[in-house]
Amino acid sequence: MKAYYKKRWLLIIAYLSIALLFSIFLALMIGVMGPIGKGIPDMEKITAKEIFEILLGKGNWPATHKSIILEIRLPRIFLAGIVGAALATAGCAMQGLFRNPMASPYILGISSGAAFGASLVIVSGLGIFGIYTMQISAFLFALIDVFVVYNIAKYKGVTPIETLLLAGIAVGCFFSALVSFMKYISGEELRLIVFWLMGGLWGSSWYKVYITFPLVILGICVLLLFSRELNIMLTGETSAMHLGVDVEATKKIILLFATLVTAAVVSVSGIIGFVGLIIPHIMRIVVGPDHRILLPSSCLTGAIFLIFADTLTRSIIQPAEMPVGIITALFGVPFFIYLLRRKRKVKWW
Amino acid sequence: MVVKIKVRNISFAYDSIEALKDVTFEVKKEILGIIGPNGSGKTTLLKCIAGVLKSEGAILIDDMQINMLDRKEIAKKMGVVPQATIITFPLTVLDIVLMGRNPYKKKLEFITEQDIKIAENAMKATGIYHLAHRLVTELSGGELQKVIIARALAQEPEILLLDEPTSHLDVSHQLEILGFIKKLAIEKELTVIAVFHDLNLAANFCDKLMLLNKGKIFAIGNVEEVITSENIRKVYNVNVEIIKHPVTKKPNVILISPAKD
Repeated sequence: MKAYYKKRWLLIIAYLSIALLFSIFLALMIGVMGPIGKGIPDMEKITAKEIFEILLGKGNWPATHKSIILEIRLPRIFLAGIVGAALATAGCAMQGLFRNPMASPYILGISSGAAFGASLVIVSGLGIFGIYTMQISAFLFALIDVFVVYNIAKYKGVTPIETLLLAGIAVGCFFSALVSFMKYISGEELRLIVFWLMGGLWGSSWYKVYITFPLVILGICVLLLFSRELNIMLTGETSAMHLGVDVEATKKIILLFATLVTAAVVSVSGIIGFVGLIIPHIMRIVVGPDHRILLPSSCLTGAIFLIFADTLTRSIIQPAEMPVGIITALFGVPFFIYLLRRKRKVKWW
Repeated sequence: MVVKIKVRNISFAYDSIEALKDVTFEVKKEILGIIGPNGSGKTTLLKCIAGVLKSEGAILIDDMQINMLDRKEIAKKMGVVPQATIITFPLTVLDIVLMGRNPYKKKLEFITEQDIKIAENAMKATGIYHLAHRLVTELSGGELQKVIIARALAQEPEILLLDEPTSHLDVSHQLEILGFIKKLAIEKELTVIAVFHDLNLAANFCDKLMLLNKGKIFAIGNVEEVITSENIRKVYNVNVEIIKHPVTKKPNVILISPAKD
């Protein structure tokens, strides 16, 4: 018997990495001024060669072109990649931990907590942290939500998965009610709240990339380190204890870091649905249920998927934009249903 | 090296319901069967020994307190086979058996040739080597139970805890599984503690028996000392006849009628 899968796994990771690079370049080219795009009358389009040279810092190109590529498009693509990777990895870890196909990064009510944090700032107009107040508030309330959920579920040093799930639903409902209340008392800010709730990457900037990237990378790396434990816990928590896994500590770490990456990206992009739920399912069908390959491939595919989805949102009804959540669901769901019907390897449904 | 388990005055209560009261015994290099009616504390006792439940009193493995050891240390010494395992994910048999190597692995450490050798031997010992690349979701109950036993063997334990390991299986699987466990126990000098519902299976398989009643040890000793019509009537409240098994010469319980108090 051979030490089988190592080679196959490396190939999967290599293919997905190439696909990610390719999608970044493609996304850079698509846009009003890009080589792929309808262009603006009397203005010269940016060519593919130009994009390459601008990226490499060569050539003497117009400053407007440089800023379109480097200050507008590139940070947005990076942010889409980070958000997609974070949601897909966190969703995958949550599904494994909860042994539940309905689990997503938002399963413990993080989204409602973050939404309340954001709407609180929108409605009250608070500005303690300047322009970052809304993000910081969303981030904090997401963490508060999970902290409360975890401690409700904890009893005699043990946190049963079912209790966590129910506590998550309860606390999530509570925050949802608060968000509804905020909407109700808001006046003109209602539009802002609704837009935030739909999620999107329109406000992307390098600053948002810088604050989310370290948190997301840290969180993803920690989750990857626990992939063997996640596998073992698929066969039941008591079994996992017998196999030498410290189940409660593992649970705590996975919840903490999945929450951290989710809260970090939700605070900059709002609530983007679908990616964290469906990408892990798609990858489970494609690469199998072993978290040692499932987590990294979900991570890369999440990034690729959201980069594509976001590129579509800004190119379908140029120059206007749609919320990316609409695109992710409209295009992702048919593909998912196709895979589901074609190859039902994981009999979860 | 032969491991000795000492259980000293352990008690355990689920909230206010006492499940175990002052249980004390020792096992070393033998197969100890735990029998007793439903709710007598058999499984609770096994969980306490496995360190899953925290009991009062002391459980010592080679004179080390079990609650001083971390989970990996315990898992290197002790393999546990539950009644039934439900695995809904399409992992292969080899994947599952290799999980038994987890206690020996550090973070980021990959499976080695050595680990695969050990997994192969475990699969051969339980007769599932030919299933190595099959998905566990496609196996029968008996095959799956053998996979779980192979996984416990891959831990290279010195102690094996079995919780009614064959209660869901047909007679041929029952005899096959208990047969190879007994063989392994002798070959590898394992200490085995097994919970049984079936008194005759227990009588044939175990070197020693412990009869639990309401969380206390009612009788412990050789099979002949424990399986008596007197003991069974007092604990299970049934009238039985004990005969000698024509082949194994072990006591065999024939059920007669419920006893009237």
